[in-house]
Amino acid sequence: MSKSVGKSVVRVDAYEKATGRAKYTDDLCDRSALVAKICHATIAHGFVTSIDTGEAEAIPGVVRVLTCFDAPDRPFPTAGHPWSTDPSHQDVADRLLLNRHVRYYGDEVAVVIAEDEIAAVQGVRALKVTYEELPFVLDVQKAMEPGAPQIHEEFPGNILAHTDIRRGDYQSAIQEPGLIKVEGWYDTPTVQHCHIENHGCFAYMEAGRVVVVSSTQIPHIVRRVVGQALGLPWGKVRLIKPYIGGGFGNKQDALYEPLCAWCSTMVGGRLVKLECTREETFVSNRVRHAIRTHIISWVRKDGTLAARKFEAFSNQGAYASHGHGVVAKGMGAFPQLYPCPNLECDCWSVFTNRPAAGAMRGYGIPQAMFAGECHIDDICAAIGMTPLEFRRKNLMPVGYTDAFSKNELYSDTFNQCMDKGMAAIDYARKYQVYQNQTGPVRRGVGMAVFWYNTAVWPISLESSSCRMVVNQDGSLQFQTGETEIGQGCDTAYSQMVADAVGVPLSDVHVVSTQDTDVTPYGTGAYASRQTYIGGFSIVQTAKALRERILAIAHEQTRMPVSNLDLVDGQIVRKSDGRILKSLGDLATESLYSLEHSQHITAETTAQIKSNAYSFGCSFAEVEVDIPMCKVKLLNIVNVHDCGTLINPALAEAQVHGGMSMAIGYGLSEELKFDEKTGKPLNNNLLDYKLSTFMDHPTLQAEFVENAEPTSPYGTKALGEPPACSGAPAIRNAIFQATGVAFDRCPITPHVLYRGFKEAGLITD
Amino acid sequence: MYDMKALYQAKSVADAVALRLAHPQAQIIAGGSDVLVQMREGKRAGAELISIYGLDELRGVSMEADGTLRIGSLTSFSHITRDPLIQQYVNVLGEAVDQVGGPQIRNIGTIGGNTCNGVTSADSASTLFAYDAVVELTGPDGVRRLPIQEFYIKAGKVDIREGELQTAILISRESYENTFGHYIKYAMRNAMDIATLGTSVNVRLSADKRTVERARVAFGVAGPVPLRAETAERLAAGKTLSPDLADDFAAAVREDINPRDSWRAARDFRMHIAVESARRAFVEAVHLAGGEL
Repeated sequence: MSKSVGKSVVRVDAYEKATGRAKYTDDLCDRSALVAKICHATIAHGFVTSIDTGEAEAIPGVVRVLTCFDAPDRPFPTAGHPWSTDPSHQDVADRLLLNRHVRYYGDEVAVVIAEDEIAAVQGVRALKVTYEELPFVLDVQKAMEPGAPQIHEEFPGNILAHTDIRRGDYQSAIQEPGLIKVEGWYDTPTVQHCHIENHGCFAYMEAGRVVVVSSTQIPHIVRRVVGQALGLPWGKVRLIKPYIGGGFGNKQDALYEPLCAWCSTMVGGRLVKLECTREETFVSNRVRHAIRTHIISWVRKDGTLAARKFEAFSNQGAYASHGHGVVAKGMGAFPQLYPCPNLECDCWSVFTNRPAAGAMRGYGIPQAMFAGECHIDDICAAIGMTPLEFRRKNLMPVGYTDAFSKNELYSDTFNQCMDKGMAAIDYARKYQVYQNQTGPVRRGVGMAVFWYNTAVWPISLESSSCRMVVNQDGSLQFQTGETEIGQGCDTAYSQMVADAVGVPLSDVHVVSTQDTDVTPYGTGAYASRQTYIGGFSIVQTAKALRERILAIAHEQTRMPVSNLDLVDGQIVRKSDGRILKSLGDLATESLYSLEHSQHITAETTAQIKSNAYSFGCSFAEVEVDIPMCKVKLLNIVNVHDCGTLINPALAEAQVHGGMSMAIGYGLSEELKFDEKTGKPLNNNLLDYKLSTFMDHPTLQAEFVENAEPTSPYGTKALGEPPACSGAPAIRNAIFQATGVAFDRCPITPHVLYRGFKEAGLITD
Repeated sequence: MYDMKALYQAKSVADAVALRLAHPQAQIIAGGSDVLVQMREGKRAGAELISIYGLDELRGVSMEADGTLRIGSLTSFSHITRDPLIQQYVNVLGEAVDQVGGPQIRNIGTIGGNTCNGVTSADSASTLFAYDAVVELTGPDGVRRLPIQEFYIKAGKVDIREGELQTAILISRESYENTFGHYIKYAMRNAMDIATLGTSVNVRLSADKRTVERARVAFGVAGPVPLRAETAERLAAGKTLSPDLADDFAAAVREDINPRDSWRAARDFRMHIAVESARRAFVEAVHLAGGEL
């Protein structure tokens, strides 16, 4: 029956993107736009006492200077979560358009609107900002100490939130004789998404409404946030999202759309463009939470777990953004991945004077998997068990069901994935060969698994809406509120639509742009939900459209609906398989009928009250040059069970991208700050060591396809999972090679040098 | 958009000298891979520029009558790497500049710009130091030549005087003849990076390949400007090849280098890498010269 789903069809946007024709935000902005440039704070914490705008306003081309003293005192939330009508579940509203209270080095204090970029930049440089400086804090645990600088009045002790999980009786369980205690602290870094297209947007007023065109993942949510920030009814805001050059979660936040929209309203509704530089993107958009994790495991000699303790301290930075959800998701994985009867788990999200941390591919899971999977290998070293044996013994068993989400592990996924990964990298043999090496250059293999929830139900709303409209030639357009952000959902959806309606893929036209005036409601691209969630509304809308088409076919052919079908764009009489007419002929006759004219359309909303586990693993092989403090990644393979593949080539590409991100996370990427000033030190692509093509071996992606029973297409998460298990696999490979159990990532040459010195492998 | 006050395009070296005298505040721009970045950052915002990029007379590698290799200041990195004279006589220089940035930067970036920046991390600089290169400057009073060690005054400052521009870099026959070198760029990733440490070693062996006649080693980022480690050079000169010699040579570089502590790398880490790099570069240079350790 399936004709398109499951095939590696060419991306529907491939030609446009490869030839440069695809229009991104800046391509769409009229050349007459005024340019807004932001003045960012040059202190980490304090208050703006005055801003002298005189010199800036005198610069030719400067149109308007707006400062924190002009901005309305109307706090708004920015997180790209669905709105909750329950106030207790709404995101923290702690943002202002411009800030008198500076909470991090780079906070927005003023904006200069000018005829061109040069005048705007000159204007920003000419502003004289004076501050009353306050002490600041960058470290997550120091921020929790009594007497630490207070960043938000409403959150004493800088604690945005704390949650816990308790199972059994940890304190009694650890009294069991003969237990081996394994304890570790694991640090993960502040990293940035580094999508190719920096965030940018432009805004203008039309017919009393504010129109914003933005590089965002979440147009409908950003419309709401712009309304909240400007104090406008949400219908007075129109948000348009064209093609975007990646987001990885950074654009799952309202970034500068509210500020840009406000700027437009302050210059009489003129067109104003606000584009971030790369330096701004690093500091003044969002970053991944740096999380420090403390794990204690009480293990029996046979490798079973008696009791475990987990504490995670999540560096939230200056503003709540996505808030506690990120570290809470990481903690949520802990009791599930390696079930243990006695648990004490706590996690805190803590404000510091760093850039605000928000959503980033993996949403707390890369951090949790780094800590958790490093710790598993530390346990193995302590009890003398192989990493593979321990995992086979302790990983979530088949049939495991989470009481809260009702997610179930239906198949023997973990063992299947590990078997495939082992074969791909020749793990078993290499593990033996690489044991107990000596000499300056050594090799190792390492592994790590991951846990992932596909969508956000039951924590948040999951719904998707879809519209389909049939053309005279029998082709059709479809729209959803879910967005193409480079991941390929326009293509996957087109394949689904073709099969669900019963038309050839070539007759399916996706409306890629979301425009909140015309696109049905949907929350946008985030989590790893798009293919899963979108599948429901596509199937449901296709069913409605088919009913409509077959009813018209009945009118036109007099055959009963029960004897009609739509197959490959043809109306077919089921009893003998005869083609009665084409969908094009049907649609043309329907539209121009003098008796009963109707255009053929369908639109539905699917609310989804299920979720799905997605699992997999990474295997890595490294060569460590100890005297040179260098790691060469020789091989890396990811194996994913994301259910049935919709488009294998796109799935493979998705995995490659995530693996690249994991390599940088494991070995090189970290946004650094000056301890003395709080200033970011490396907010550019030279000094921030994003891994390059030259740092990658051939990236290998493998799949295990256990169809997900809750999905109409048997699919589940693949967007974020590829970024989740690579870094700990690399760390564990370094551990095998050198015997040094690194407790942080990225494991840079600096980290290797200190570790090897401490271990006596380097003696200067 | 660049915040540029004026752009003067030189039509000849003489014209460039005249423009330099007429606009003493103006900044010379060649490939622009540093100057334009600095303008965007605001460091040179509003600057006047004198572009010498069109001066083909400053492009290319040639050999002078006395065997001196002449590298025009506008010669791009990718040109140097592919140049037959460089490959034949100072291949290590071509290898060193092939590690600058990425392909696009190597096509636009010039060796003149790389040295005139005065930065210690320039990938060409340590090898030029290790080969006793001579910098040629052309100004209103004609041509001035000075050893590259004297050209570098301090971090970010080189000896270019009023009205002058750098027109060539010269390597004498005595310096390169029968000499083999190896460069190690130590960086945090394998492309698009700045050197944490650059190490360039070259050796000349005796006819029987058993003795070091001359060894030279220079570093980038081991001090505020590129520098030579002369203690190690003296130690190796005249010595018979042996594995210990490589270790002793490497250990001796500590005497002359002075890397700093910075957020990019700690001093002790750079010292460690310098010793290890010197050892490996020495071993490789000896192998290239036909010797065995």
